[in-house]
Parts: sequence; C-alpha cells; structure tokens
Amino acid sequence: MKRLRYLLPLALVVVLGVFMMVGLTLDPRRVPSPLVGQPAPQFQLPDLEDPARMVGTDDFAGEVVLLNIWASWCVSCRQEHPVLLALAEQGVPIYGLNYKDDRRDGLAFLGSMNNPYVWNAHDLEGRVGINWGVYGTPETFIIDRRGYIRYKHVGPLSGRDAQYNILPLVEQLRGESL
Amino acid sequence: MKSLTSLLTLVILGLSLAGPTLAGGVDPTDFDDPVLEQRYRAMLHELRCTVCQNQSLADSDAGLARDLRRELRDQLRAGATDEQIIDYMVARYGQFVLYRPPLSAATFLLWTGPFILLLIGLVALYLTARKSRQRDEQPMADADARERARRLLNEGNDS
Repeated sequence: MKRLRYLLPLALVVVLGVFMMVGLTLDPRRVPSPLVGQPAPQFQLPDLEDPARMVGTDDFAGEVVLLNIWASWCVSCRQEHPVLLALAEQGVPIYGLNYKDDRRDGLAFLGSMNNPYVWNAHDLEGRVGINWGVYGTPETFIIDRRGYIRYKHVGPLSGRDAQYNILPLVEQLRGESL
Repeated sequence: MKSLTSLLTLVILGLSLAGPTLAGGVDPTDFDDPVLEQRYRAMLHELRCTVCQNQSLADSDAGLARDLRRELRDQLRAGATDEQIIDYMVARYGQFVLYRPPLSAATFLLWTGPFILLLIGLVALYLTARKSRQRDEQPMADADARERARRLLNEGNDS
C-alpha cells in the first residue's frame, strides 16, 4: 500500500497527459452553432447579379437547400467551389450569401468559374451574416423542408464532406415529411 | 551598427505587437446619452470576438468584431436591455461569445476546477507538513543511547 503511493504522481501525469492529448485534437475554431435545430433566420436582400430583384429565405419554400456563405476575398471559398459545382450537378439546390463583398468583385468571382448557385444574396454590410452567426467564410448551412437549420459546416467543403456528410443528410431530410 | 539595427528591429517588432492592443478596435461612437455610452463600453469587454478568439470586442480590429460592435450600438440605440443583447449574441454564437459564461452543468468544471485543484493542493500541503512535524518531534534516540554518547564524548572510551 505504501509503495503504491509513489505511483500517485505517475497516475496524475498520465491523467493530465490524456486531457492534453484530447485537447490537441480539438479545434478551438470550431465554435458549435446554437442555430442548428432552430428556424433559419429570415432575410431579404438584393440579388448580386440584379440589384433590383429581392431574394431571400422565402424562396427556399419546402425544399431541402444549402446556403453557402462566401466572398471573393475568401481564398478557401475558391478552393471549395468545385465541390459546390459537383453538389449542384447532383441536384442539390445551393443558394449563396455573398458576404461583405464588393458587387463587382463578387460578380468577377462568379464569372471566372461556373456558377453553382440558384441565386446570390448580396450582404454588403454583413448584417444577415451576423444574424446567421457567421464568423468566417466559407460556411455552409443545410436547411430542411420546414425551414429549420439542420447542419452547419465551417470552412471549405471537401469532396469527402460532400459525399459522406452533405449528400446523405440532404437525402435523409428530403425523406422527412413537411 | 549591426546591433543597433537588430535593436531597432526589436523595437519595431515590439511596437507592432503592442499596436493592436494599444490602438484597440474601438471605433468612434456618437451616443448622445452618456449612460448608453457607458453600457456600450462595458458590454464590449463582456463579448468575445469569435474570429480572434482571445480578444474581446473592445480589443479586436477584425471585420467581424467591427460588425458586432455596430450591431451592439444599433441594439442599444433601439432600447434593448443588456440581457436582450447578450441573449441575441448567445443565440447566434453560443456561450462561447461570453467572457463570463453562466454557471451551468456544462461550465461547472470551468468555474470550479481551479478551486478544486487549489483545495487538493492545500490538503496535500497539510498532510506533508503534518508528517514532517511528527518526524521532528520524535526523540532522536532513547535515554540509554544518549548516556552512552555523553560518556564517549567526555572520556573518549566506551566501556
């Protein structure tokens, strides 16, 4: 029993080590969104391509959709673009929120590549972004048929994310009744 | 000359590191009401900038922090209470946005952890101290041995 006491510091170091190892695998930038499971915040904004036209959450009506927050100044948005194109090709409606971007820059971004978006809302001042709890681009929300946010992805979507997370969830949500 | 250059580099580096905290991210405000201004300043230190995670809204010059400050000003002007604004931020960014998250099951360890560790330390300190005191109080040797030692010292022989 007495000898065991000398093992106590070792045990403490092991426990501490386990905590630190777990800590290393956590990403402090992944702030869990409290909005998942909540109704999507409504918005109405001018369309990026046609400022006279207003677009907004009303257009999602009863469909499972992706809302992708992007900006021309965001490098990883460019990186994720091909994944969005592939998703759109597979029939997933993707709506864009052009976040704190100059209209011309945004249009140039879209013009330089194929356009996966149904429309792009122009959130010049970032107010809608704040209402959606956006803290960095790109971010992607999945909204179900009842207009509830069901998933939030922070950072660029990879092909793996699309195949193993996004598509299966979209399929599942499509199966839910209204 | 070379050392002067490196000294200068150090000074400039130091200044550029200190810059953001000195300059702060606090943009000019135009509150007519000093009470509102006061509340605004206080709230800035309660809210964390979610992109620059170890800075408060008051310290950060990131674009998002600027937008959140604007939101804060707008809501204060619109007559929202501090609780309403906090609720608004927490509903969107989670409790992470608060520098002082409320005591709940999830944050229990966060709040009490340091005190629990302190308590463990104090108990360990007390136990060790008591043990070493007990050791000190024990007589070094019994009476016979002391008598023998005195004889040895006085007479130089042990008979």
